[in-house]
Amino acid sequence: MTMNNDTLLKVDNLKTYFPTRTGLFKAVDDVSFELKRGKTLCVVGESGSGKSVTARSILQIVDRPGRIEDGSIVLTRGDGSSVDLAKLDPRGKEIRGVRGKEIAMIFQEPMSSLSPVHRIGAQIGEALRIHFGIRGKAQRDRVLELLRQVEIPRPETAIDRYTFEFSGGMRQRVMIAMALACNPQVLIADEPTTALDVTTQAEILDLIKRLQHSHGMAVLFITHDMGVVAEIADEVLVMYRGKVMERGSVEQIFHAPKDDYTRRLIGSVVKLEKKAEVRLTRSEIPVGAPPLLAVKNLSLTFPSGLKAVDDVSLIVRAGETLGIVGESGSGKTTMGRCLLRIYDPQAGAMNYRRADGSTVDLCSADKTTLKDVRHDIRMIFQDPVGSLSPRKTVGQIIAEPLKLAGVKGRSLDDRVSELMQQVGLEPAWRERYPHAFSGGQRQRIGIARAIALKPRLIVADEATSALDVSLRSQMLDLMMKLQDELGLSYVFISHDMSVIRYMCDRVAVMYRGKIVEAGETDQVVNNPAHDYTRALLSAIPHPDPRNRRIHNRFRYDPARTVSANG
Amino acid sequence: MTDITQLPPETGTSIDLHRSDIAVAGQWRLFWLKFKKHKIALASLVVIVFMYLVAAFADFIAPFDPNATNARFTYAPPQGISLLLDGSLRPHVNQLKMTLNTESMRREFTPDPAKPIPVGFFVPAAQPYTLLGFIPMRTKLFGLTNPMPGDSMYIFGADRLGRDIFSRVVHGAQISLSIGLVGVFMSLILGVTIGGISGFFGGWADIAIQRFIELLRSIPTIPLWMGLAAAIPVGWPPLRTYFVITLIVSLIGWTSLAREVRGKFLSLRNEDFVIAARLDGMSELGIIFHHLVPSFMSHIIATLTLAIPSMILAETALSFLGVGLQPPIISWGVLLQEAQNIRAVAQAPWLLFTPAAAIVISVLSLNFLGDGLRDAADPYESVS
Repeated sequence: MTMNNDTLLKVDNLKTYFPTRTGLFKAVDDVSFELKRGKTLCVVGESGSGKSVTARSILQIVDRPGRIEDGSIVLTRGDGSSVDLAKLDPRGKEIRGVRGKEIAMIFQEPMSSLSPVHRIGAQIGEALRIHFGIRGKAQRDRVLELLRQVEIPRPETAIDRYTFEFSGGMRQRVMIAMALACNPQVLIADEPTTALDVTTQAEILDLIKRLQHSHGMAVLFITHDMGVVAEIADEVLVMYRGKVMERGSVEQIFHAPKDDYTRRLIGSVVKLEKKAEVRLTRSEIPVGAPPLLAVKNLSLTFPSGLKAVDDVSLIVRAGETLGIVGESGSGKTTMGRCLLRIYDPQAGAMNYRRADGSTVDLCSADKTTLKDVRHDIRMIFQDPVGSLSPRKTVGQIIAEPLKLAGVKGRSLDDRVSELMQQVGLEPAWRERYPHAFSGGQRQRIGIARAIALKPRLIVADEATSALDVSLRSQMLDLMMKLQDELGLSYVFISHDMSVIRYMCDRVAVMYRGKIVEAGETDQVVNNPAHDYTRALLSAIPHPDPRNRRIHNRFRYDPARTVSANG
Repeated sequence: MTDITQLPPETGTSIDLHRSDIAVAGQWRLFWLKFKKHKIALASLVVIVFMYLVAAFADFIAPFDPNATNARFTYAPPQGISLLLDGSLRPHVNQLKMTLNTESMRREFTPDPAKPIPVGFFVPAAQPYTLLGFIPMRTKLFGLTNPMPGDSMYIFGADRLGRDIFSRVVHGAQISLSIGLVGVFMSLILGVTIGGISGFFGGWADIAIQRFIELLRSIPTIPLWMGLAAAIPVGWPPLRTYFVITLIVSLIGWTSLAREVRGKFLSLRNEDFVIAARLDGMSELGIIFHHLVPSFMSHIIATLTLAIPSMILAETALSFLGVGLQPPIISWGVLLQEAQNIRAVAQAPWLLFTPAAAIVISVLSLNFLGDGLRDAADPYESVS
């Protein structure tokens, strides 16, 4: 076997299968790649493409009953010796010597991949103890050094803390410190930033990149986000249903993709880079007309004392889409739920102008008024699984609001069929249950339910964030089509600036319960006035490897409000 | 590695949820599909159905009157049924010859092969009876084809008064298995109502109910039951005693159910689909009956199934201690009472083992069945 000196890990014709009741599920089907010293290989694909199983196969930690059927995974050690990991016993001593020491792994979920009952120091030190027998003072010193490397503030106190005292980003840093503990040659990162906010994601990507350079590691980075790929990858492996669709340098994948699937994947991301075409040619929304909904000084404080919504004022004009953008914990979801009085705000006013021209304050509306208004203002939920009752057929789910509004018999059936067609579902599927539908189709069911009563305003709470990238633009296009057909207004809540830019007319940026900036989308995106907006925008991964900017971004520090380069 | 790669090239992928039959499968279809995978539970279901059928048709199945005494056959041992006689198929039992052992002062029975007693299916009953309380019958499932004085067929032996243990266990199933069902039914009503109030209204009602449940559960059960059972007047008719005993055993059963219901209420009421229903304008009562109850129905059934065995054991324990059901009512607990003294057990171990086996089999089967139901209770976990 001839191998380049720089190739640390060579995977050939890897096949990992899961035997199931009805046959064999080929999670990884004939995958080959190489990891080179100091280089990053990104494995990209949608959910279910087998990218995580590929990574787990390398360390032989595939969940039962899956197993490696064929192929080789050759690891070249520092001393020149090599070993085929695929042939090792998954519970044997040899593979355990490789795990953590030669090849380390970072997982997606920083909440569950760290133990809540051990201190940070003990968890990081464990690998040192197992592989090198380092204990006591020496161990503590090394852990402190590692914590410093991953830029955890005040490592001397952090080392004795528990994981639940840290935020998601900090936990992911701890995970990285654990992974680095034994100076591994290869780092496998399985969607390490998917559960994080976009600004935190940028920090973590930055950190991994820097550590890779200083340690000379090969990184296998698994992600579904083409933007992240463009920012960090040297080489890219595109996977679809267990098979490799395309493999090449990042430059080649993005600028000269050969495979149709790759092209589609990139296309769906690039499409979200600018405003939707249908929105470019739309006639202006009259500015002077009285707003559909005017929110004034809305405030909600949770019993825990958290000010989720803090003196928020905004307006929604008839026919427009107002985007609310912010990171997790910014209060945007709570604010959206206040609009429908799922939560009762403690102060402020929400003046809603009804179809007959009269206005009603939703904050003080009584039960019957609220019931009426809720026909006009509807909601689309984030979770396409949880928002549909699994025990009702799709027809029943869509018919429910109509039934409660008094629609009966034949006209009910007709209306349900019509709605299903409108959102792109076959009316013949009405007898099916939600479990028979994919995430995108379920979200369409949710949209059908929302528009059933011909509403005027729809609050869409992260309606696309649970969907794969390729489905996102489809869903947004559908929502805009319905907007034009039905004359809808949207309040579109999202953490994803690209989705906002694609679809929203105006945008309000929320930070810690307050609206820090609001305005026309073009203006906010191209010329942000507030530092937080700038930080948010500059942290978005840009799907062009020729124009990497995430490492050179703007950071927002509310205490100091200064800019810093990474 | 070549030897393990001989797999057919395209053997399909994982379970296809878009298959048309699964796509239109409702909650109970999925429940059943998932339950079917639990083989032990499925077998237990068969056993349980069989036992309840036996209990329902006890009069027909039991060859003898469970209260008919026969002084000749005190502590008679089990008699095996032989199928062949003189090379042809003629099922029979051998007559028991009784001798008095003058040394130990005990009756000793030996089967006498010279005197075969023919047995068969669908034999005339000694007395006419009514099956299920309304079908007049003159036939038993099996028994002696031509009973003569001195003949006997004790397949599980006889007790101190020469009563047939088999017939008594079969009849005991009626009380013992039904007390579980009735008790669980009462637990269901109490549990769902109280748990529902606790979960739905929350606040003070919730706190008060939960503390009360904790109080109830902290009382040792056997002394509590004994205390309550001791309060039952001796002169009460058997049926009323039976009713009160079920009430007593269900007193503890409802608490776990109430908690289950409360927990489900709390977790479901913030589900997105429940919020969606509220936004659709559905009333709170409508939400409870259209969304919440169907969601936890399967959980309740599983919990109930797991509660039945504890009811059966409670009845058995009470009756064994002599404070539950009393003779002449026949239940498995009452039958075990007969086996309380060591002399009876030493001389006639079948007094102990036959009712005990019935209890163990039914309790184990119900537990396995409940496990299977609980695993299947949320068929959407793996499907979605």
